[in-house]
Amino acid sequence: MPLADFDVVLGLEVHAQLLTRSKIFCGCSTAFGAEPNAHTCPVCLALPGALPWLNREVVEMAVRAGLALGCAIQPTSVFARKNYFYPDLPKGYQISQYERPICLGGAVEFDLGGEERRVRLTRIHMEEDAGKNLHDLAADGSSGVDLNRAGVPLLEIVSEPELRSVDEAVEYLKALRAVLVALGVNDGNLEEGSFRCDANVSVKPRGAARLGQRCEIKNMNSFRFLRQAVEFEVRRQVEVIEAGGKVEQETRLFDPARGETRAMRSKEEAHDYRYFPEPDLPPVRVDPALVAAARAALPELPRARARRYQERLGLPAADAGLIAGEPEVARFFDAALEASGKGAEAARRIANWLNGDVARLANESGLAPRDWRLSPGALAELVGLIEAGTVGGPGAKQVLEECFRSGASPAAVVREKGLAQVSDAAAIDAVVERVLAASPAEVERYRAGNAKLLGFFVGQVMKEMKGKGNPAVVNAAVKKKLGGP
Amino acid sequence: MLSIEEVRRIAALARLELSPEEERLYAGQLSAILDYVRQLEELDVSGVEPMTHALAAGEAPALRADEVREGLGAERALAAAPARQGTAFLVPRIIE
Amino acid sequence: MSAELLALDLRALSGALAAGRVSSREATEAALSRIEATDGRVGAFLRVTAERARADAAAADERAARGARRGPLDGIPLAVKDLFLTEGVETTAGSRILEGYRPPYDATAVARLRAAGAVLLGKLNLDEFAMGSSNENSAFKPCRNPWDLARTPGGSSGGSAAAVAARQAWGTLGTDTGGSIREPASFCGVVGVKPTYGRVSRYGVVAFASSLDQVGPLARTVGDAALLLQAVAGHDERDMTSSTLPAGDYLARLEEGAAGLRIGVPREWFGGGLEPGVEARVREALARYEKLGARLVEVSLPHSRYAVAAYYLIAPAEASSNLARYDGVRYGLRAAARGLGEMYAGTRASGFGPEPKRRIMLGTYALSAGYYDAYYLRAQKVRTLIRRDFDRAFEACDVVAGPVAPTVAFRLGEKLSDPLQMYLADVYTISANLAALPGLSVPCGLHPAERMPVGLQLVGRPFDEATLLRAARALEREQGPPPAPPEAR
Repeated sequence: MPLADFDVVLGLEVHAQLLTRSKIFCGCSTAFGAEPNAHTCPVCLALPGALPWLNREVVEMAVRAGLALGCAIQPTSVFARKNYFYPDLPKGYQISQYERPICLGGAVEFDLGGEERRVRLTRIHMEEDAGKNLHDLAADGSSGVDLNRAGVPLLEIVSEPELRSVDEAVEYLKALRAVLVALGVNDGNLEEGSFRCDANVSVKPRGAARLGQRCEIKNMNSFRFLRQAVEFEVRRQVEVIEAGGKVEQETRLFDPARGETRAMRSKEEAHDYRYFPEPDLPPVRVDPALVAAARAALPELPRARARRYQERLGLPAADAGLIAGEPEVARFFDAALEASGKGAEAARRIANWLNGDVARLANESGLAPRDWRLSPGALAELVGLIEAGTVGGPGAKQVLEECFRSGASPAAVVREKGLAQVSDAAAIDAVVERVLAASPAEVERYRAGNAKLLGFFVGQVMKEMKGKGNPAVVNAAVKKKLGGP
Repeated sequence: MLSIEEVRRIAALARLELSPEEERLYAGQLSAILDYVRQLEELDVSGVEPMTHALAAGEAPALRADEVREGLGAERALAAAPARQGTAFLVPRIIE
Repeated sequence: MSAELLALDLRALSGALAAGRVSSREATEAALSRIEATDGRVGAFLRVTAERARADAAAADERAARGARRGPLDGIPLAVKDLFLTEGVETTAGSRILEGYRPPYDATAVARLRAAGAVLLGKLNLDEFAMGSSNENSAFKPCRNPWDLARTPGGSSGGSAAAVAARQAWGTLGTDTGGSIREPASFCGVVGVKPTYGRVSRYGVVAFASSLDQVGPLARTVGDAALLLQAVAGHDERDMTSSTLPAGDYLARLEEGAAGLRIGVPREWFGGGLEPGVEARVREALARYEKLGARLVEVSLPHSRYAVAAYYLIAPAEASSNLARYDGVRYGLRAAARGLGEMYAGTRASGFGPEPKRRIMLGTYALSAGYYDAYYLRAQKVRTLIRRDFDRAFEACDVVAGPVAPTVAFRLGEKLSDPLQMYLADVYTISANLAALPGLSVPCGLHPAERMPVGLQLVGRPFDEATLLRAARALEREQGPPPAPPEAR
């Protein structure tokens, strides 16, 4: 059977690092970049006698995320110990939630190829991150252990196995990420590992009812790697089945250098995590008042925002989705729109600039919106200058680049670089006359009926004016001087 | 009676290296203890909530405010380390 | 001078210190010489921190001279079980795996004693990781009963009880997971209190079984124990299982007697297995209560016969997880190894003694896939049934009274070969741990034939330590001063 004769079934487990100041069970800083083990204490080093002390903000963030994703917030949830040995796991167990997580159900909604999709969640739970193993730290190949990350709070968000393609998985992740970022509970950074994803992948003959044996794929820290890893894994599993073999349930690691997945050697032994309720932590009670307050304080979520941009501002669905999907960009957009003091027309222009040249500049510089030197007010000002005819298209591009680079005001850039558009009819007429005089043959052909040549004359005039001529005025002037074809 | 294989499986899970004598000893002793605890099967526990936490009912301990507190710092964290390199704990090579 | 000092109980010494009749230095030197003279035989101390104790005593005397005494414990020489972390002072939990380990922080209970001005003499012997009922599981040396050096002091807080009985310290702290304070207190003829679960912080106490472990005092008299409990009880934000209820005043009503108290006598605690000489003393104590105006009420704890079975699933399960952190990575012993797997297995094989290994194996098994419901979960449900028995009993009585242990202190080596027999030494004490209730052991005379101490156990309502202590004090007063063991004479 060819690949096309198999159904792909994906379930995703996302680990999202919560944006708290301190760790989940101790007061150590969650900041990155310190020397190994600088942010540790008896609790996160698992010294004898140390006990976990739960961070309230973790519970509140979990409640916010649960509400935003439509989960049922559990009035009582219970932490559990997941027991296994690994050098980056100092207690020999991870404090997580097992039988009674804080959130049940819920869904992630997104668009796929213009169609609305809703992928259900199984659960969301709170847990602690492990530390970091530093491979080949010593000359003899010994490894190092850095526990700065041990105890950083995570939300694990588990989907039902109902994603049917990699494209769907990517859209699911983008939508989930946008929600968490909009809530301010996660920074959405895949590369730095603060938004991580494991995928449960299985295949089955098209239309078969029973799910195939699944493999868990780890270590995909970008959408591109997720795509590569899942595509590789699907091919691998189909090949195994085609060859008459059976897919073994196992944990596999994605190797970005080879674009392949491989079985993890350290996890070969059967998973027997011996979960049991964490006796050091009483059950977590979530007061209905806290839930009500959190619900009332929820910000506008990306899907609602995109809908508002479409319905109120008339943005095309794609543009609205792009902006709303990046909460920081969306905030920038809203601020720019407000600064412009105008409605739908300005909104479309601002959106076009944001999704076009601004996105390109941001990409090239690698800067997140919060680090842009371009302010929302400046973008609004630029759009205003364009609408007023003060600066034309080519000039505006230059202005934007300068503003993005230096943070200068667009009006000042236009002034200093002399990029103001020329709309003065007499000045333009003079140039038009020069151009027509220099090309008598073309004028002849135009008048003989070759209307296409209009563009040639306009181009010549613009060239002469170094791009600063007002296109509408130039057009009209050229037509008038040439007379009808 | 717990088999030697079972004892080995548990020892591996618990990261305990047992001598053959210990394996035999624990197989016997654990079997005796498990026989003893089997008397719990006499009880009907259906509908009984497990007492997994011993805290008084209705007590809600205060959660910690999200504030950074001073920890030990790397040097004190490593003071008792059997092996270190720089400020990292050093362990035999980890193979993933 | 030294002998007279040592004859004072803690509160008497406190009075003498307050009156300026003695100095903390004198008391501390008396204790140190006493340890020097007796501990070669008794083995209560794993470590004596003489220099530190002398410095602390000098500081206490200096405060007293300034009129700035911190309270009744200021300048009193005490000692703690080597399960309590002590900053900069080796803490081993009685295990090779922690040999030489100097923690960077104090347990909350230790910090509270220090804040009260107490002088800490050192760290006391115990069964490895508090697992045992005889102190024979100490990886370093056995501890012996000051009443008869051929016998065990009980365990796991054997050193804590022996040190008080041998008058090496005026009071000690121990921990009690299944009877580890009450059983040695009974065996050594001292008072030992296991408070309600959550009454004293567990922060900085090496964990054995987290849902059962509780810190408590051992002392010569009920009043001394009450004073020590007062110093360590109360909420600690670093232990989320510690109760936020305010600690009671354990001394205010201590002398109010037993008149009017309803004392529950569980019929299940007087069946087969209770040694007749022990039973005789316990019944005698009950009779004294009647004489004091208390009323005896028969109560039933039908599920207490399942307590040992439930305990030996729950405690090892939690222990198997609590002891996972001893892996040779960050502190403690590390076995020489070529690879990571070898490092783990070798470190833990050579660092843990037979009892921790046995319990790790048992607990790992009880939690492993396919067995969780049948073992751990069922045991936790039985625990609920045991707690309900007590709740029902407390509708008819104010305290429950009975034996602490089925026998007096047994001989070293007597039960070592049969772990199950050793576990049954805790048959009467385990219920209070499972039910999270306060319990204590108060001496009630010597065994008629064996001339060894017998303890009466009292179990109370949650957080009602005050009533328990008052009842124990009434008996103590009625009995008159207890005899001192040979090693203290």
